[in-house]
Amino acid sequence: MIVELGHFALILAFMVSIFQMIVPLVGAQRGNAAWMAVADPAATTQFLLTAFSFAALTYAFVTSDFSLNLVTANSHTDKPMLYKISGVWGNHEGSLLLWVLILTLFGACASWFGANLPPTLKARVLAVQSSVAAAFFAFILFTSNPFIRLEIPPFDGQDLNPLLQDPGLAFHPPFLYLGYVGLSMAFSFAVAALIEGRVDAAWGRWVRPWTLAAWVFLTIGIGLGSWWAYYELGWGGFWFWDPVENASLMPWLIAAALLHSAIVVEKREALKSWTILLAILAFGFSLIGTFIVRSGVLTSVHAFANDPERGVFILMILAFFMGGALLLFAFRAGTMEAKGVFSTVSRESGLVVNNLLLAVSTFVVFIGTIWPLIAEMIWDRTLSVGPPFFNAAFTPFMFGLAVALPIGAMLPWKRAGLGRVVTALVPAMVLAVAIGLLAYAVFTGSSALSPIGIALAVWLMAGAVVDLWSRTGRGDLAGRFGRLWRLPRADWGKSVAHAGVGITMFGVVALTGYQTEDIRVAQPGTPYQVGPYQIELLSVEQNVQGPNYISTMGHVAVREADGTQIALLHPERRIYPVAGMPTTEAGIDNGFTRDVYVTLGEPQASGGWAVRVWLKPFANWIWGGTIIMALGGFLSLSDRRYRFAAGATKARAAMDGVPAE
Amino acid sequence: MRALLLGVMLALASPALAVQPDEVLPDPVMEERARDISAGLRCLVCRNESIDESNATLARDLRLLVRERLVAGDSDAEVVSFIVDRYGEYVLLRPTLTGSNIVLWLAPAVLLLLGGGLSLVYVRRRAQSAAPTEAALSVEEEARLKDLLRE
Repeated sequence: MIVELGHFALILAFMVSIFQMIVPLVGAQRGNAAWMAVADPAATTQFLLTAFSFAALTYAFVTSDFSLNLVTANSHTDKPMLYKISGVWGNHEGSLLLWVLILTLFGACASWFGANLPPTLKARVLAVQSSVAAAFFAFILFTSNPFIRLEIPPFDGQDLNPLLQDPGLAFHPPFLYLGYVGLSMAFSFAVAALIEGRVDAAWGRWVRPWTLAAWVFLTIGIGLGSWWAYYELGWGGFWFWDPVENASLMPWLIAAALLHSAIVVEKREALKSWTILLAILAFGFSLIGTFIVRSGVLTSVHAFANDPERGVFILMILAFFMGGALLLFAFRAGTMEAKGVFSTVSRESGLVVNNLLLAVSTFVVFIGTIWPLIAEMIWDRTLSVGPPFFNAAFTPFMFGLAVALPIGAMLPWKRAGLGRVVTALVPAMVLAVAIGLLAYAVFTGSSALSPIGIALAVWLMAGAVVDLWSRTGRGDLAGRFGRLWRLPRADWGKSVAHAGVGITMFGVVALTGYQTEDIRVAQPGTPYQVGPYQIELLSVEQNVQGPNYISTMGHVAVREADGTQIALLHPERRIYPVAGMPTTEAGIDNGFTRDVYVTLGEPQASGGWAVRVWLKPFANWIWGGTIIMALGGFLSLSDRRYRFAAGATKARAAMDGVPAE
Repeated sequence: MRALLLGVMLALASPALAVQPDEVLPDPVMEERARDISAGLRCLVCRNESIDESNATLARDLRLLVRERLVAGDSDAEVVSFIVDRYGEYVLLRPTLTGSNIVLWLAPAVLLLLGGGLSLVYVRRRAQSAAPTEAALSVEEEARLKDLLRE
């Protein structure tokens, strides 16, 4: 019964979305306030209906209602509760329902917090947002309905893909979707502005928090996914240039470009049409990402729902929204002349460089990702584009970005002198070169690229510190420290996020350049040396019973050279009998400067076990850096909200002032 | 379809230990070359994995083949072309710089030059455009300004 109510609520939400897509838009065109105002309750209703529908599906998963096709295919009574819940979005239908839930949530937020928006703009934003929702409601109801019942329910389900039964992956999709879908707000604002034919500083200020929030969520989502791949897939990689990973990286890069160009619109009223274009493209790449994942057109680890029919539907949605928005852009972009004037050396120019590198690198990832498809369709060449291409084609852009970032971040607006900024950055430069040379000297024989990467990462981190410190002005140390804490949160957010980029880069370079690997047949009880550590396979326990799996568990001691034990690791090989699938659980000793990463392999005829040990320097810095980037985003966001609220009070005060006139 | 999917998943998710201890060549330099070559070859039955990372039987066969050729005295390029002759271009994770792929390899540089050129033109124009545009207000804004001043 609850399931049917959920289904019904979803259909109602679809109806509301169609209503909200048309009426406020017409109202805004005709200047009819009542028609425009209807968008607000509609947005809230749409969200509540979708939330109810989602709750109904969650209820079905939690109670293991196997009369529902989706629950049967993706759940099992033995599964731990966390994974029963995460099973709701661990499949195609449920994940799309989560998609629209977040989409309607953002729409509702725009309505709740958008009191200071001009009424026509608000009505148009909500209408555009609702049109996206309508397309996805139709997609769910017509091709991917999660509420399909089974005529003869089975006694138990078929279990969720065991790879997905992991805390890291349980929360990876929701964050990623918050990011993907958050960019729909930037899209709606961009299209609404094109319809209005007006982009000003206020528009930039409204768009930025949404983009920033979306970017923060994407950062967390990508970080979680990468962390999961690191410890779960069992060979210690963190990024595979898989089409689905690229699908999340492209919107992230474009969103990073967008949130920087929106600053230029807000502060200097320049780069307007470019920012609009970025806002459209950012959501476009989110849709492309959804298309890549959901159609399975590019075979990948993640495409657990291959279905060409669904792919065509998403392609149509993509074609409609991108085609429509870009057409509108082509007609209207010319009307948005820039106001701000700036000299060649200025913060504005620095941000143009940022946008250039981020946008071009996005397109490089895009071309590499779809190239196999193009080559097959046009030239009938079946080929692969793998990590070697992306490493060669993408890395230079990141290096370039790293070189330019600390300088660009410190340039003043309008007109700047390069000399003064470079002088301030000399300590950072010296530190970076010194550490780079140190890496080169210590690890002789490795490529020259790694020390350069290390130096650039240090340059980024130190540059961020210099940037923040330089904002405290002149005077004695105590006074500067005092001012440091009183700096606006946006300044802190900027430096923290930029330092986060450096930290992640440091981890990536160190891990790819300097890891050690050891593969051997280990005899239980015979210690051996890997790098500075002594490794001993103590024993292997077979048939260890887990809640819904059977495990072969190794016990591995990691000791210092002098014999003091620093960790006892338990690498596992699990078999999930219901899904009939084996997985591996690496044993990892996490450290600030290195991870010891151990996986257990097959038993050998000679009596030992195959054991693989990696020493991964600074591995945790990769994800630590992403968390710090996200933290920087939050800091900046909290500052914005403060200003937002201030703006709202001012607007209200102004309105209150009107009757008194 | 389901069986195929399961098969792919099995191949993909088998407990890791891609390179088995018995595969490792005694000569560390040659083993290093074998690892480098393997990292650039795609496992044909997996999804987007190199044979170096994969645990599939076919990947193991290919790894052994690579090492066999190396021991027989082939150069790295000869080993790769030996494999490509048998399995096709699809096994190469690094697309060759031939035919239509030239477009792919040139794209980053061309895009950067194009984008860089456009950016430069934009920045130059901003730098040169006269200051008065900044002061120009629309009729509407002018009216509002007048209102505000009157208040």
